[in-house]
Amino acid sequence: MNIPMMLPTEWIHNFLYASMPEGAAHAVELVLIALGFLAFFAVAGLYLVLLERWIAAWVQLRRGPNRVGPWGIFQTIADALKLVTKELTGTTKADLFLYNLAPYFPIVAALITISVFAYSQSLHAFDINIGIFFITAVSSIGVIGILLAGWSSNNKYALIGAMRSGVMVVSYELSVGLSLLTMVLMTGSLQLSEIIEVQRTGGWLIVQGHIPAVIAFMIYMIAGTAETNRTPFDLVEAESELGAGYHTEYSGMKFAYFFLAEFINMFIVASIAVTVFFGGWLSPFGITDEIFWLQPVWFLAKVFVIIVLMMLFRWTFPRLRIDQILTLEWKYLLPLNLMNLVLMAIIVWLGWTINF
Amino acid sequence: MSYFGDIVHGIGTLLNGMKVTSKYLFLAPKEIITQYYPDNRDTLKMFDRFRGEVIMPHDEQNMHRCTGCQSCEIACPNGSIEIVWDRVVNEETGKKVKVIDKHIYHLSMCTMCGLCIQACPTEAIVWGQNFENSVTDRTQLTKVLNKPGSKVHPDVKE
Repeated sequence: MNIPMMLPTEWIHNFLYASMPEGAAHAVELVLIALGFLAFFAVAGLYLVLLERWIAAWVQLRRGPNRVGPWGIFQTIADALKLVTKELTGTTKADLFLYNLAPYFPIVAALITISVFAYSQSLHAFDINIGIFFITAVSSIGVIGILLAGWSSNNKYALIGAMRSGVMVVSYELSVGLSLLTMVLMTGSLQLSEIIEVQRTGGWLIVQGHIPAVIAFMIYMIAGTAETNRTPFDLVEAESELGAGYHTEYSGMKFAYFFLAEFINMFIVASIAVTVFFGGWLSPFGITDEIFWLQPVWFLAKVFVIIVLMMLFRWTFPRLRIDQILTLEWKYLLPLNLMNLVLMAIIVWLGWTINF
Repeated sequence: MSYFGDIVHGIGTLLNGMKVTSKYLFLAPKEIITQYYPDNRDTLKMFDRFRGEVIMPHDEQNMHRCTGCQSCEIACPNGSIEIVWDRVVNEETGKKVKVIDKHIYHLSMCTMCGLCIQACPTEAIVWGQNFENSVTDRTQLTKVLNKPGSKVHPDVKE
């Protein structure tokens, strides 16, 4: 780590510890990090919604949002303000405690998960040694919120939507976990900084692992799209069948929590893909690895490409039925994934990975 | 073998779809067909095949081409067209000929099917390009297509 300039994070750290007692400095640091992530969460959520609307428009040869601000860049902020001012309606026969609790599960799970990623060498709030395991475990807490929302709404459409979501997440967690495990075979560590360190010396994992890595990436993208409940796997909120699915009875900001959590989940899926397959904050061929302020830029640029790919999935593929979704998972993705795991184990054992 | 064949075929079809949509995505700024409507209403020109309303073109001498044959009235499936007609004596030939008094068109009943325009033997009625048809009073939707004092064009023979 021969970075000549002092990093901004180190500067803030030193400044805080120099100006106040150790305990207070630590507390202030924690609060600053939490506020930073909350701000990032809100901005990223709003602008992903806007990006989704632009891409939808461009794929369909429309213009998309263009009224609020230049090119419509304040459109989603205006939408969020509208949602904040709306009345929070509810049903009288709902289980009110669970009904009010449910929106916080997806949003808290998403917020915990985005705090674990390595945005750059130093912008890494929480580097635990079970990083990948922690991410997959915490990000699936969100489905509890969906199930609770469906159950406590006292609405059969919401319940059916929530149950479909439960079925899908339970199925597709397996594929996400196994495809990430395939890559962990190559790194030998679950720690995110360690995974990126492996890629710094030997090239991105998708290049190192060649055929099984590409298969694992394809399986991960399919399963990841399914986990975020997006089209073509959006039968959780299939409008033609279930109204709005599990959030039928929610309005205003509570609805917005579910909506924002869906988009942040997309960011999380893309971030895991970038960290595990495409080298995280590393630049291609190591050209600008030492410039600290370009590291988050590279990370976010790669995340952006993956997110655009997922949005393109949404506006390309037709929706699957529930039986087709389960067939895809249990008869195709899972057996392929297990075969791929064995193939990757053989390749790592014989040392046939591409290193340069 | 068909198991793996299915997988390869499935990936192929998915990529085929992605090819189409990604082509649209990257072409988007050039190919956008949506108009900034209220901003460009002065310059907005509708395309030739647009079906706005039925109109009857008149030339400079205030002459139209309608002979009053009533083919359009008969062809209209929901009675949007009524023709009030009369017989007058033609000075040159001394025969009685049919002329229209009023060609009444109910825009409120029209479904823009175009059967009247197909049925017209003399091309007296055509599609107009007006796309702002909303009015505050529905009696304004009943229009008299021939202008007051207009005559049938002498070239038009029944």
